[in-house]
Amino acid sequence: MTNHWVDIKNTDLVLIMGGNAAEAHPCGFKWVTEAKAHRKARLIVVDPRFTRSAAVSDFYAPIRAGTDIAFLGGVINYLLTNDRIHHEYVKHYTDMSFLVKDEFSFANGLFSGYDPETRKYDRSSWGYQIGADGYAVTDPALQHPRCVYQLMKAHYSRYTPEMVSTVCGTPQDAFLKVCEAIAETAAADRTMTIMYALGWTQHSVGSQMIRTGAMVQLLLGNIGVAGGGMNALRGHSNIQGLTDLGLLANLLPGYLTLAGDAEQDYQAYIAKRASKPLRPGQLSYWQNYAKFHVSLMKAWFGDAASASNDWCYDWLPKMDKGYDLLDVFEDMGQGKVNGYVCQGFNPLGSAPCKVKVSNSLSKLKFLVIIDPLATETSEFWQNHGEYNDVDPAKIQTEVFRLPSTCFAEEDGSLINSGRWLQWHWKAAEPPGEARSDQEIMAGLFLRIRALYEKEGGAFPEPILNLTWKHRIPAFPSPEELAKEFSGKALKDLTDPKDPGKVLVKAGEQLSAFAELRDDGSTSSGCWLFAGCWSEKGNLMARRDNADPFGIGQTLNWAYSWPANRRILYNRASCDPSGKPYDPTRKLIAWDAGAGKWGGADVPDFKIDSAPEEGMNPFIMNPEGVARFFAVDKMAEGPFPEHYEPFETPLAENPLSPQNPAVLSSPAARVFKDDWATFGKPDKFPYVGTTYRLTEHFHFWTKHARLNAILQPEQFVEIGEELAKEKGIRAGDHVRVRSNRGHIVAVAVVTRRLMTLDVAGRKTHTVGVPLHWGFMGLAKNGYLTNTLTPFVGDGNTQTPEFKAFLVDVEKV
Amino acid sequence: MALQSLDIKARSATTTQPPAARDPLHVAKLIDISKCIGCKACQVACMEWNDLRDEVGTNAGIYDNPRDLTDQSWTVMRYSEVEVQQGRLEWLIRKDGCMHCEDPGCLKACPAPGAIVQYVNGIVDFHEEHCIGCGYCITGCPFNVPRISKKDSKAYKCTLCSDRVAVGREPACVKTCPTGAIVFGSKRDMIEHAEGRIADLKARGYANAGLYNPEGVGGTHVMYVLQHADQPELYAGLPKDPHISPLVGLWKGITKPLMSLGIGLAVFAGFFHYVTAGPKEVEDEKVD
Repeated sequence: MTNHWVDIKNTDLVLIMGGNAAEAHPCGFKWVTEAKAHRKARLIVVDPRFTRSAAVSDFYAPIRAGTDIAFLGGVINYLLTNDRIHHEYVKHYTDMSFLVKDEFSFANGLFSGYDPETRKYDRSSWGYQIGADGYAVTDPALQHPRCVYQLMKAHYSRYTPEMVSTVCGTPQDAFLKVCEAIAETAAADRTMTIMYALGWTQHSVGSQMIRTGAMVQLLLGNIGVAGGGMNALRGHSNIQGLTDLGLLANLLPGYLTLAGDAEQDYQAYIAKRASKPLRPGQLSYWQNYAKFHVSLMKAWFGDAASASNDWCYDWLPKMDKGYDLLDVFEDMGQGKVNGYVCQGFNPLGSAPCKVKVSNSLSKLKFLVIIDPLATETSEFWQNHGEYNDVDPAKIQTEVFRLPSTCFAEEDGSLINSGRWLQWHWKAAEPPGEARSDQEIMAGLFLRIRALYEKEGGAFPEPILNLTWKHRIPAFPSPEELAKEFSGKALKDLTDPKDPGKVLVKAGEQLSAFAELRDDGSTSSGCWLFAGCWSEKGNLMARRDNADPFGIGQTLNWAYSWPANRRILYNRASCDPSGKPYDPTRKLIAWDAGAGKWGGADVPDFKIDSAPEEGMNPFIMNPEGVARFFAVDKMAEGPFPEHYEPFETPLAENPLSPQNPAVLSSPAARVFKDDWATFGKPDKFPYVGTTYRLTEHFHFWTKHARLNAILQPEQFVEIGEELAKEKGIRAGDHVRVRSNRGHIVAVAVVTRRLMTLDVAGRKTHTVGVPLHWGFMGLAKNGYLTNTLTPFVGDGNTQTPEFKAFLVDVEKV
Repeated sequence: MALQSLDIKARSATTTQPPAARDPLHVAKLIDISKCIGCKACQVACMEWNDLRDEVGTNAGIYDNPRDLTDQSWTVMRYSEVEVQQGRLEWLIRKDGCMHCEDPGCLKACPAPGAIVQYVNGIVDFHEEHCIGCGYCITGCPFNVPRISKKDSKAYKCTLCSDRVAVGREPACVKTCPTGAIVFGSKRDMIEHAEGRIADLKARGYANAGLYNPEGVGGTHVMYVLQHADQPELYAGLPKDPHISPLVGLWKGITKPLMSLGIGLAVFAGFFHYVTAGPKEVEDEKVD
């Protein structure tokens, strides 16, 4: 979230799209009801299904699963065509005036630089024109044909209301009604929040869907303001913490990135990431990259990391290829991965195309499961009849189950969607032999280290030199780990302007990432968390909800990264002269008397940079402004373009009907053997989509009796019209088939799944809730990812769970 | 809320004068259907607080689970898909359970002394230790709420968490509701709160929004804010004008004295028979 849960109460309009907050985030959803009750806010839901969020909405518009870019592109076109944008905001705080390279082009659904062989773009033409002074060239009048504003206007002019209706199946009047409501928030004293979740991420163009939403918000001036923002509702407790700590194959903690194979040189690695400002007077905060990186390496390797060995840069792996979830299961299937440690994860249920995952797991030599529960993955080798029809005699994988604690049985911090690090205390002792995850990992590490000490091995240094200064080495405490992430001074830190003055004494906890140094005198396991455990103590454990400004920012409740800041980009809530756009929703303002920024939130800005200095609010970008034109950051192109899901009921992309190569995303990775697993609409005519129900949490709560009572048995949802066609009545058992397998479930026949008119033909949606499996207390059922395709987003490789093709029949 | 006395206002099949020296606060639970997201957290809270565990059932092609009220499920959500305005789908989700009528049909119908009581604060409570399992309370209830347990043949239903209310706490469902769709307080405050909600709904285009507090049962201590108060039947058959079944009146008015008379006559006839015919004597039969 750029904002946070409580801040939703400050909004005038809530758009829930690509998510279902009332069902998947019922406790956070209370802030929507607060906004409705106290600000008379309106709630709009755009979704393929009339969900429980839609049940309490003011307006609902249906949409075909997987077409959100077309819808939002249409909104952009509406806002630009009708000139319903926040002019001052976009002019000063976005890249609209920047000129784009002449080589950049878009035609036939493809951007310049495409190579159909590799299915990748050469992105060198996707950039700004750079002047002789080294800065990007701009045209503040926005008239130049190569400026972002003009290019963007041309790009989205194709997304007419007629086109939106053709692609999305949304009735035109419903689409225009949504546009009108959204456009009202272009006023400086009106704001909209967008709440989205896996309904946007789980597509082959998921990242671009989110970008399109962010572009709408930028046009309206709704980023950085109270009650605004792009608010990702995270799908698991602490999944925000997972990404923050870099538990993705290509990341290091704090969104530092792993080097590629070609980046063997440390200085070049840093220089590439410590971008110099692209416009005069801009901060370009990533210039501090080396400080964060060196502090991380000091946290990991202590005295072994020094300037002379490039802070152990050579010890870090360099990416030769992808190692995301899909990649690993592909490699496993090919016999290239022989062992798998599966911690708090149930990939047989959670990864796409169950048959492929099951086959891959069967090829492992060993599988280690660290989980509080017996999961489908831990029992993948057992025959559970129709639900898991495997032959254990043919599976040689050795499975080790290491029972772990659940969150309620341990102390620690969880990071919520709103970036709050909140400490929690154990409520119960773990049962039986269960141990905490850190205890299990410590046990593994200490044994592996002993082996390296004894036997040497190919590359022992990173293991032997890893910092492990825990009071009880076999049990690193949550407090010790939290302090390590937050960081400390290794030597006395002196004031650069006054070397005699010691700012932080050696050994003291740091209070902010601004104190980090690139000379090895500081350590911090995650620069974003720096200050969460300072000399003042554990700030994550704070529980003071005092709200002195009445705008819900509660700076003394827990700790919010970065720097306890509650709303990112909050400088953009003020006009260029430093005055709040909406004085009734003041977050911060320039205080000329004090010569600094201040207010209800921690300013996301250089605290003493006066407005006349011309520094812009998006300090993490070298431009200082937000990007409509994503330069070379996205796999599919600088402007989001609609591509169909990999399984689509359409024969052509209505936006580029003449080019069959762009029916689906031209930049998504598809493994060779997986092309044949995709189904076609002649055999699988209906759009399938998977989702959660409010009664359950993923594959977990089916083990809990109360949840099992509330939703005991697997079902699928079918619209009334399709049910009538197929002779299916509510309560009948139906078989839902995709090209990869089938499930059998009870049919819920409902008016809430509407038949849509897409490109002139009727399109039905089949809804497939995901919570059942062959373990637990609820009635056994099929894993729904039996149905889903093995393809992911071109940037993140998040699987396309939300749009695929199925057929349905009465059993 | 302050601590509540549990003075009894009415007691089933009892003629003794109830205590009347104090007049505690009249309480009410207000369920705002326009804020309900149907998450069933209230069902879980109810099961947990009251130590209830229903069966892990089946899916009947609907979201409602458990499908109906039982001795283990004192509240269930009922989901209704309606189109009041052509082309505008609505999914109305109503939390069903005891309405705690001011004029409780169950209590009137109950023949077992003290099995059903009504506190002065308005809560209607079942005291199962006195229940004889006759099921008259079900006949007496205009909302079809009480259920007889197969385990002990006694009637169960929502207590409005009288045990929590007595110590100044709100019912468990209210405590847990994430959106504040269920609120609890004095009946007067709840009506006032509802008025604000109704004004908000009217501003959002629900011209017939209103409060459900039916007069036919003297008003209720569980009330609903409805988007379509003119058509309560839309909400899974919520009765438009609930009344206590005439059978209850019949039982209390004519049937009961007649039955008492019948019982008396039977006793008298037995006595007469005894006097005239003497006791039944059984002769030993010898079997060889």
